[in-house]
Amino acid sequence: MRPFVYERVGDWAAATQAAGRLGSAPASYLAGGTTLVDLMRLEVMRPERVIDINALHDSRYGRIEFGQNGLRLGALVRMADAADHPGVQRHCPVIAQALQLAASAQIRNMASLGGNVLQRTRCTYFRDVSYAACNKRNPGSGCAALAGVNRMHAVLGGSDHCIATYAGDFAQALIALGASVDLISADGARTIPFAKLHRQPGDTPDQETTLRPGELIVSFTVPAAPWTRRSLYLKVRDRQSYEFALASAAVALDLDDGAVREARIALGGVSTVPWRAAEAEAALRGKTINDQTAMAAADAAFAGAQGRGHNDFKIELGKRTLRRALRQAAALEI
Amino acid sequence: MANAAAPTPKANMGPAAPRIDARLKVTGQAHYPSDTPVGNPAFAVLVTSAIARGRIERLDLDGARAVPGVLDILTHENTGDLNDVKFGHGSGTSIEDLGPEIQQAGQIIAVVVADTFEAATEAASGVKPAYSEQTPSATFGSQGVTQEDATKVSPQHKHLPQAGDAEAALAGAPVVIDVEYETPTQHHNPMELFTTTCAWTGDRLTVYEPSQFVYGLKNGVAHRLGIDPDKVRVVSSYVGGAFGSKGTMTPRTAMIALAARRLNRPVKLVATRAQGFTIATYRAETRHHIRLGAARDGKLVGYSHEGFEVSSRPDAYVVAGVEDSAQIYAFGAVATKVNIVHADRNTPGYMRSPPVVPYIYALESAMDEMAQKLGMDPIEFRRVNDTMTSPIGNRPYSSRSLMTCYDQAAAAFGWKDRNPQPGSTRDGDWLVGYGCATAVYPTHTGPAAARVRLKPNGEARVQIAAHEIGNGAYTVIGQMAAERLGIDLASVTVEIGDSRLPPAPVAGGSNTTASSCSAVLKTCDLIRARLFHAAVTANDGPLAGRSADDLTLRDVQIAANDGTGESFADVFKRMGVAIIEEYAEFVPNGLKPQAIADLYAGKLAMVGGSHGEKVMYAMGAELVEVRVHALTREIRVPRIVGAFAAGRLMNTRTVHSQLMGGMIWGISSALHEATEIDPRYARYVNDNLADYMIPVNADVDQVQVILVSEVDHDVNPAGVKGLGELANVGTAAAIANAIHHATGIRIRKLPIRLEKLLQA
Repeated sequence: MRPFVYERVGDWAAATQAAGRLGSAPASYLAGGTTLVDLMRLEVMRPERVIDINALHDSRYGRIEFGQNGLRLGALVRMADAADHPGVQRHCPVIAQALQLAASAQIRNMASLGGNVLQRTRCTYFRDVSYAACNKRNPGSGCAALAGVNRMHAVLGGSDHCIATYAGDFAQALIALGASVDLISADGARTIPFAKLHRQPGDTPDQETTLRPGELIVSFTVPAAPWTRRSLYLKVRDRQSYEFALASAAVALDLDDGAVREARIALGGVSTVPWRAAEAEAALRGKTINDQTAMAAADAAFAGAQGRGHNDFKIELGKRTLRRALRQAAALEI
Repeated sequence: MANAAAPTPKANMGPAAPRIDARLKVTGQAHYPSDTPVGNPAFAVLVTSAIARGRIERLDLDGARAVPGVLDILTHENTGDLNDVKFGHGSGTSIEDLGPEIQQAGQIIAVVVADTFEAATEAASGVKPAYSEQTPSATFGSQGVTQEDATKVSPQHKHLPQAGDAEAALAGAPVVIDVEYETPTQHHNPMELFTTTCAWTGDRLTVYEPSQFVYGLKNGVAHRLGIDPDKVRVVSSYVGGAFGSKGTMTPRTAMIALAARRLNRPVKLVATRAQGFTIATYRAETRHHIRLGAARDGKLVGYSHEGFEVSSRPDAYVVAGVEDSAQIYAFGAVATKVNIVHADRNTPGYMRSPPVVPYIYALESAMDEMAQKLGMDPIEFRRVNDTMTSPIGNRPYSSRSLMTCYDQAAAAFGWKDRNPQPGSTRDGDWLVGYGCATAVYPTHTGPAAARVRLKPNGEARVQIAAHEIGNGAYTVIGQMAAERLGIDLASVTVEIGDSRLPPAPVAGGSNTTASSCSAVLKTCDLIRARLFHAAVTANDGPLAGRSADDLTLRDVQIAANDGTGESFADVFKRMGVAIIEEYAEFVPNGLKPQAIADLYAGKLAMVGGSHGEKVMYAMGAELVEVRVHALTREIRVPRIVGAFAAGRLMNTRTVHSQLMGGMIWGISSALHEATEIDPRYARYVNDNLADYMIPVNADVDQVQVILVSEVDHDVNPAGVKGLGELANVGTAAAIANAIHHATGIRIRKLPIRLEKLLQA
């Protein structure tokens, strides 16, 4: 770890001004610190200034609110608080489950929702700076994972420059439910669809999001919709707790007498970004969910998947995970 | 309600005494070596090599030196005067220099010392090596590896088990299986990191380091530094997990001692988790080719087992578990061979049950395959081939209770309900399978010495340089003294883990209880003899004129069978002594008296296991239920039952803990654990506890331990068979066998992750 300047700010304006100060040294926001501190110790992230926004926690940005427009989750809400929230559990079980199945109790107590969606990949070649080739860490240096140990890597959304998996769970729930994200910077506030927040690696894997320099996530809004109650998150992994997904599926269904009026599907553990499986959703519309339709949807979801060796199994596993999730969601009694 | 953690003792079992260090540990008062305060320490941080093979051409230290607070940087340029202490002669590896030759990834190439840990950490990243790099050979199948016959290069394995003509037996066998298995690289990852603190007082060095062998480390460091071993003291009062990784000297210790000498100031090192993967040892990957031949009635007629083990380029580390696997059934003819494959890796080393974990996994998997082929129940197949005589030299077992273990475990498990047909049992979306395997561990006993002091009020102090690695050494050593001296365990103070105490063997090979308790027993018996003598030869005491043979010590008294007794205080008074202190050396049968002098010099010999006129093994039977999801193939282990027999059990609580923990590690071996290697760089990829998978609580459901009574008068005076490394043996095979039973799919490569079951 290297020396850095630590600043604690009391309001959003001070935060964004501190981060956006013209000509200032590279800065990072600190909330739960569960990604940032790790990566600073590993020297993957080397901010010269760390701006602690935890003092903002008592403002409305630390709240969970249900309103006419749906559910609003403040960016500084801790994962555990959202997972344990009765309203979230009742109205958007997929959100509560995605959070509850993530990380460990200790991490869920620390990590903020805003930070959670921005967590960095677990790719070893990214996290260990002694590997020379990592386009995400060092643009143009190559990708050691393509021909390396890539069992945990992505089969969807990758490129010849990067196949690092997006490791989170919560984001899958947000993207499935069509959430939007409210942002603030020194230039003002804006709201974008959550689906526009993350960028596929393409040939610039170092650019992971569409956030502008110094821009902060304020909150997430999940619109009220008929499918949020019949929703779930299925996570398949190497052990039963404290482990990232090999494959996961966030599924929300609106059924009309058994037929799918609307299906919302996102996939995790298999892709470089939170992945909305629009083809699978389309394949299910108007159909009853059974083995055949679930399999057809799963095939559609992974039609463009590409394995890189060790992770080839994720294509089959991802399909089976989605099939299982769809069957379970259809069978839910709500 | 019965406390499962403290089983009620059966015959030949000691009480479930709570650990005497339990409260210290859970309240943070037990000082692990790096907790020990030293005055004004400087802090060391290691710099390790990013390449596996090549040479350091230049080492740019300017950036590191520019960091405020940096005091010194050790490199190959200023550490070349250290003596070589090669592998097998006090060191766990011959790769002990800081370069310029690079022989493994993660080799230590510099030690940065600074006023603060933070400054040393920052400066370490400023050490910039320039390498000339050669393509490394990573593992089996890599270009450039070399292979040799273990019997030609390993002094401990010049002769591997052979009996009769195995080729002929296999050729003529009505039923034969011919199968291959693989086990992965594993790292110990003890909770406590690899730490070293060194402090000099004049020409005397004190090393605070977690160690499983303080006498070995003391002598090894002295040789490396070229100083008198009597000027080195190693203190290791508690070890926060070791599993073999802290049994041999690693290169770091002498470097920290040297740094402290150069600065004339104590220096403290706490290596990182990732560095622990390369600066110490590990369990190397293995391959096995097994052939078994049997008659139609299930009687085995031939067993051939060829093993392959990875080691480093310079060192021939080998576990050669055929030494044990060849003893355990009535195989008929036996042929074994072991090959060492040298790659550009750090030297492997002892890891909990080194020989038997990989080799018994392979054998017990093959046994299941043979039972399947014969159409026999796997337990009955083992019963048919149970024996009280090793097939190697027809030597008798000192004791053996394998089938008793199977019977008790099977009854508790409900094995009789098992449908023999693979894939026949289903519960909703989950496929259900039952599997079993044998656990086995060679009984080792080594030389040891102890000093015991008794006071007239019944307080005693026991001193022996044994090691508390979580095994309960403090407690069982104290129990042995309490029992022989007729006093409460609470009256016994136990001092261990310090090279100023009388020596004990390495805490390895599960010998600690057997060796240390035998030495303590012998020492206490000297005290008993003095007390008895004083009591019976007194002119007027209550026991005057009695035979010493009729006496015992009980309740702080010398007591006769008829209830007559004399207090310690009275006897001490008559003897005219304030304390009684005795020192004794215990040398097990089969070793020369010189063994104790060798132990003082850090050289250890042990007896038992497959060597000697009788073969000596602790054994057990493990039965597991697995569930495999029909669609997504997650594997769960809802229950596991193990029954174990290991001679005298000193303490059913510590025994239960060891056996339960062992089976949990077995689950880990079966399903989770593997160090991944990037073959291009010969580097460990998942060198952290997030990516190096071990089970969490949610993965461990019902674990039942059954203690089986067994008496063995041959193994050692204490009658103890070590069992610290017993229960994690065989578990992986039992789980693999259960997965086959659940799914019909036979996986022959560990760990078994769900993708291996997806294809079907």
